[in-house]
Amino acid sequence: MTFGVVVFPGSNCDNDALYAVSANVGAKARFLWHKDTAIPSDIDCVILPGGFSYGDYLRSGAIARFSPIMREVVDFAKRGAFVIGICNGFQVLTESGLLPGALARNDRQLFSCKSVNLRVENTETAFSSSYALHQVLRMPIAHGEGSYFADATVIEELEARQQVVFRYCSENGEIVSSANPNGSLNNIAGIRSKEGNVLGLMPHPERVCDPLLGGTDGLGLFQSLVDHVALAVS
Amino acid sequence: MKTYRASVDITLRPGILDVQGKTVEQALHSINFSGIHNVRMGKFVEFNVQAESSSDAERIAQQACEQLIANPIMEDFHITVAEAA
Repeated sequence: MTFGVVVFPGSNCDNDALYAVSANVGAKARFLWHKDTAIPSDIDCVILPGGFSYGDYLRSGAIARFSPIMREVVDFAKRGAFVIGICNGFQVLTESGLLPGALARNDRQLFSCKSVNLRVENTETAFSSSYALHQVLRMPIAHGEGSYFADATVIEELEARQQVVFRYCSENGEIVSSANPNGSLNNIAGIRSKEGNVLGLMPHPERVCDPLLGGTDGLGLFQSLVDHVALAVS
Repeated sequence: MKTYRASVDITLRPGILDVQGKTVEQALHSINFSGIHNVRMGKFVEFNVQAESSSDAERIAQQACEQLIANPIMEDFHITVAEAA
């Protein structure tokens, strides 16, 4: 299993993501440059990391969407290969149309930088099979524009197809507005594509993969994918 | 070919909470502009367009807005085109 971590100008969680999937999860991983015009054939999953690609100019993720590597990432995803967008990476995925909806400015006057609770809503996905259904995870968030928004019909479709993978919740796993750090509709923290191979989430699983960093709840996400790819190969 | 100047006003769609507008409104009230309401914050973008006609320039600007300058999922935009001075 080999991960490719895209480096945009302004990415700042690229090293964290590479470290998490290699040192903590034990997979192979290497960087992909935003100007690259091909994704090497051994890459099983592309990670679009957190940060402030292109300075967040115009809108978060809006410029990154048109970088040369993104044309390849869109093709890669359309072929059914795995793509994970974390934080700014999630914003790039919605801007590029690989995931529905958009990330609007947080509903309060804050750049939210703290640990939050997430409930695993669906374990029958390539990104969450090693978690238990409704397991409560603790992960950090760090964003100013993470309020998930989509038209009512899109939200209905997401819910009907069980595309919501993670939701903000209380310590006890209740989906309540007081646990929603940014005003996301339906407390949505992470969704997958209709086809199931693209995941976007605002929280940072890569920051909680090493006990030294105060938690390991993010490991399950990457481990699920490693297991899924191993099963597919065997 | 002529040069046109396109001006684009971008605002959040009505269903989306405009946190910046709300905050500015509260600040205005706190300095006694109690008669000011419904503050909306947006973006303003302007650019030159080389085109055969005004309608052609508008069409190009429209495409640029749909593809990059605005995000139609959460933003509305309004384009004004005039011959560049």
